[in-house]
Amino acid sequence: MRKLWSLLFLLVPVGAVYLFWIAPDYQWSLPTNKSSFGEGIDKLYNLILWITGVTFVLVNAFLVYFMFRYSAKRENKAAAHVHGNHALEVIWTIVPSLILIFIAFVQMKEWQEVKFQSKFPDALQEKAETEAGEKPSLVQAMARVTARQFEWRITYPGPDGQYDTVDDIQTVNELHMPGYKGDEGQEPIPFLIDLESADVLHSFFVPQFRIKQDAVPGMTIKVWFDAKLDGGPEDDLEFERLPKNQYDLVCAELCGWGHYKMKGRVYVHTPEEYQAWLESQGPE
Amino acid sequence: MNATAHNPGDHGHHHEPGLIRKYIFSTDHKMIGIQFMLTTLTFFAVGGLLALGVRWQLAWPWQEMPVIGKMLFSETGNVISPEFYTMLFTMHASVMIFFVIIPMLIGAFANFCVPLMIGARDMAFPTLNMLSYWFFWPAFLIMGYSFFVEGGAAAAGWTAYPPLSTIPSAAPASGGGQTFWLVALIFVGISSMMGSVNYITTIIKMRAPGMTMFRMPMTVWSIFITAILQAFALPVLTAALVMQLLDRTLMTGFFNPSDLVVNNVTVATGGGQPILWQHLFWFYSHPAVYIMILPAMGIVSDVLSTFARKPLFGYRPMVYSISGIAGLGFIVWGHHMFQSGMNPMLGATFMVSTMMIALPSAIKTFNWLGTLWRGELHFTTPMLFAVGFVSVFAIGGLSGIFMAATPVDIFIHDTYFIVAHIHYVLMGGSAFGIFAGIYYWFPKMFGRTMSDGWGKVHFFGTFVAMNCTFFPMHVLGAAGMPRRLADPYHYATYEHLLWLNQFITVSALVLGGFQVIFALNFLFSLFGGEKASQNPWRSNTLEWAAPSPPPHGNFEAIPTVYRGPYEYASPEVEEDYLPQHVPTPASTPGATI
Repeated sequence: MRKLWSLLFLLVPVGAVYLFWIAPDYQWSLPTNKSSFGEGIDKLYNLILWITGVTFVLVNAFLVYFMFRYSAKRENKAAAHVHGNHALEVIWTIVPSLILIFIAFVQMKEWQEVKFQSKFPDALQEKAETEAGEKPSLVQAMARVTARQFEWRITYPGPDGQYDTVDDIQTVNELHMPGYKGDEGQEPIPFLIDLESADVLHSFFVPQFRIKQDAVPGMTIKVWFDAKLDGGPEDDLEFERLPKNQYDLVCAELCGWGHYKMKGRVYVHTPEEYQAWLESQGPE
Repeated sequence: MNATAHNPGDHGHHHEPGLIRKYIFSTDHKMIGIQFMLTTLTFFAVGGLLALGVRWQLAWPWQEMPVIGKMLFSETGNVISPEFYTMLFTMHASVMIFFVIIPMLIGAFANFCVPLMIGARDMAFPTLNMLSYWFFWPAFLIMGYSFFVEGGAAAAGWTAYPPLSTIPSAAPASGGGQTFWLVALIFVGISSMMGSVNYITTIIKMRAPGMTMFRMPMTVWSIFITAILQAFALPVLTAALVMQLLDRTLMTGFFNPSDLVVNNVTVATGGGQPILWQHLFWFYSHPAVYIMILPAMGIVSDVLSTFARKPLFGYRPMVYSISGIAGLGFIVWGHHMFQSGMNPMLGATFMVSTMMIALPSAIKTFNWLGTLWRGELHFTTPMLFAVGFVSVFAIGGLSGIFMAATPVDIFIHDTYFIVAHIHYVLMGGSAFGIFAGIYYWFPKMFGRTMSDGWGKVHFFGTFVAMNCTFFPMHVLGAAGMPRRLADPYHYATYEHLLWLNQFITVSALVLGGFQVIFALNFLFSLFGGEKASQNPWRSNTLEWAAPSPPPHGNFEAIPTVYRGPYEYASPEVEEDYLPQHVPTPASTPGATI
């Protein structure tokens, strides 16, 4: 009977590993990645999953074994009079710190690539630094997203490349952007967003692009991402829920009672389709 | 200076007080501890019911709750409204954190255990101690009342991020609730501060002769470190709460930027910074996570050693670890704000400190395993909860590494991965530590023992249901499901997660059900439990040198301490334990362990 407790504890690592093992079959894992930097994020996620998973299984293996092996039979004095072990302490301090430092350093590049304005893709550098009044050379792949209770207001600068002018294109809850065919070796087309909020905090989240950024009233935050156009059969499962090349734009920061319904839709077009869409929206 | 010079016990002031002074306005640390415990257990039930409301909505959104639906939600067609849902999760977290876990660990256990375990007759400031309990009551009453004000209780999340929390028109449903929430938390802060200075003083000044710092049990060490953490972090929260209160009521502009347009009306405040609140809030609330886990770690260390009948493995590394956690705990708050709009460069530095804070927790886990190794394990109920703590806390600790990794955090921030993590730390960690402590010290508190058989049933159900409830939440988070959505299935991306959410809700109901067994066991044992001897667990620490329950003044004579707290299986004596206060021919006061 007393040994049975160790079996109960054995269920934890077994169940945990089993759940993560079967999760992809039910799409209970990362949604299919669609952005260029998403791959790096997914790799990092999987790396940490492996490191923590192995650690977790080892810790539980020792725990369960000790519970099984050393459960007391009678009121005797069989325990060891041991207060610790210096060598062990040194080992289990140094090894985890090396692993943690390793994880800390492998992620730096990815974080900079996604969030540091100085590391934005070259095509965006120009746009990000453009002062008011100057006309940037690349005007298509950018928009201003203003979050408010409980909708996303999206402004495209229009042909003149400037916001707040007569040729601006306005949409509500519909973000159109150009995508690229990753399978055919096309270069990603980075899309730049000026993220703002009119009232409270919101958060711009597109799970398939691995991008999330809070929208803060009083601040304009530059956000960039890109999108691969849907291709092969690996995408088919998610099509059952979402049409091809369309994604949910989710609000991920509590913004009030209607937070749950602050839903937008991202439409990814081929560059030609996107250009045509922009022109169709322009002033008559 | 002799540590006992100011021990009130030496002055012979400890008469038995009258009924009201004994049970209600008591200055006795044991009674105050028990008062804290009974109050927080009551709120544990309230917080649990609020959580079940949240779970109902996530499993069966917009559907009528059996029986309760008609009673509570007749105005909204017998279903939970989105406003009510927002209030539910806000109040669930607020109640559990501020009214249950913090006061349970550093109100109930710290009060009851610290003087007994260091060999003092009471706390350094008994009247201040009484006030620290009674300052909680305005908080209870104000927070309780806020449920019934126009618009209901606070609904801006337990993090109360402005401007949602500061601009009443941004959350029409939160009327006065948010204001009451702020005032209640200010009272909680004052109460906790009174407790902190008391514990620090008591532990520094009132230890029994021979009780050097490095002979203190881990429970006392962890409370000492926690009290220091709290004393330095709490003033920042209190200041921030007052600032938010002023923003709400006097229209100051600490956190509200200018030119906000809420509900198509321009709001006439401005000049502030919403992110400032997040910095101030997390400067307290990240250390608060350690305030909620360190005492549980201390309790677990003591329980593990006692029932492994073996010295705690690596006592000094354990002490250094919790000190390390406390130090690093002050420079990691920014990891809650990686996606907040804070300079990403700053995020990178917070990432490194956050990675490093995983280390002391790892060291502690390894030392707990070392304690079990070659032990003589007795699986009593407190032991099961302590071992259970090691098992589930490992999950909570490891999952933290995902969110410390800034690029991964971009995806999992504000998803159910975070919810899974926090519940493994607070439910699996803190609550398991609390249960271990209650079963362990119940005989000392009330002179009776809780039923071990029913305790094991309670452990079995809690352990299984807890894992079934919270582990799948990692998977929900990996699938990208955000927290705090009244209806995740509004998004096609999350439609397929409904089934898993229903499984979680059923598990949560089972988890709640097993707590009824605990409540009944607690109540029946209080009056009809088996009489406990002075030292039923054959334990070494000083509280077991006092009668069960200890009288006013605790000890007949202040004990002298000869050794550390974990001398189990000592070759010096026949029995398998050697209490701290028992002299052996080989030991003299002041000798090292």
